Amino acid sequence: MSTATSEAVVEQHHGDHAPSTSNGHGSSTGISNTKLAMWLFLGSECLLFGGLISTYLLYKTRRGPDNLPIPTDVFDIPFTSVSSFVLLMSSLTMVLALAALTRGDNHGTRVWLLATSLLGGVFVGGQVYEFTSFLREGVGFTNNPASSAFYALTGFHGVHVSLGIVMLMSLFVASWQGKLRPKNAETVEIAGLYWHFVDIVWIFIFTVIYLIPA
Amino acid sequence: MGTSITHTIEEQQPQANPLEQSEDSQHTQEHHQDHPSDWAYIKIALILAAITALEVFTYFETVYNWGQFLIPSLLLMMVVKFWLVATWFMHLKFDNPIFSKMFVGGLLLAVAVYVATLTAFEFWA
Repeated sequence: MSTATSEAVVEQHHGDHAPSTSNGHGSSTGISNTKLAMWLFLGSECLLFGGLISTYLLYKTRRGPDNLPIPTDVFDIPFTSVSSFVLLMSSLTMVLALAALTRGDNHGTRVWLLATSLLGGVFVGGQVYEFTSFLREGVGFTNNPASSAFYALTGFHGVHVSLGIVMLMSLFVASWQGKLRPKNAETVEIAGLYWHFVDIVWIFIFTVIYLIPA
Repeated sequence: MGTSITHTIEEQQPQANPLEQSEDSQHTQEHHQDHPSDWAYIKIALILAAITALEVFTYFETVYNWGQFLIPSLLLMMVVKFWLVATWFMHLKFDNPIFSKMFVGGLLLAVAVYVATLTAFEFWA
């Protein structure tokens, strides 16, 4: 197919439809509206997680009237360190998925999307294991303010990771069906922004909640 | 638009229509110019892994006692990791500055609100 024919088809296509604002070329600001919306959403998420982290910091030593164990009594730092490392590396695989898509490498995109989902799954699995072991050690959700705040914070983060896995698997299926192409790179980039945000929230939680001594 | 790139995509995906091929190759060219190489991302990930290892090392006080430098060191390492992920993996370094303003605005608002809240509850005392 000649370049001239290709350009003619593009011109005809642009004439048939309203200009797209998804990549910023057609928006009044010159930047992508969807990406702007995602960044605005992430900015608001900072307030959500900030509230949960602050609540934990205020309550982290409150054992309640029954003097039951609190999360800091049963933290398994080496285990959580491995989980943190896994989530951190999932950010690398996510960005490699986007890079592969922009190159037009569909197989690479699928491999890295699947790898990111699996690493996210390992992290969530680790969190489930951590929660069950804490419960066995007597740290229940309603035992005291410290444990309630801990489960609310880390549980909310786990839900965010789980939603991210759903997004990634949807993209994987779309790629498998041939619907994910370089022109849709921004869709993957936006899912990636969400995924990286979940990662940086965990960077904060790992240091402030787990590593800094009570 | 390069004819050779159009041909490469045609060879890989013969079922795609000409319009999609044309748009794909355009996006491929644009993004190659905008984003760093895979190796650059891997280097950033290695730095992040090294910092994480150092963070975990602080937990083992029997090996080395960080004393009064423990908390400032941990906070510094956390900020460096946060900054690396936001600037490189989230592309804030390469994107329009308005995205950085949106995110940093929300972040600073959150920090200000919750530092005030913690202060009101005498957290620092």
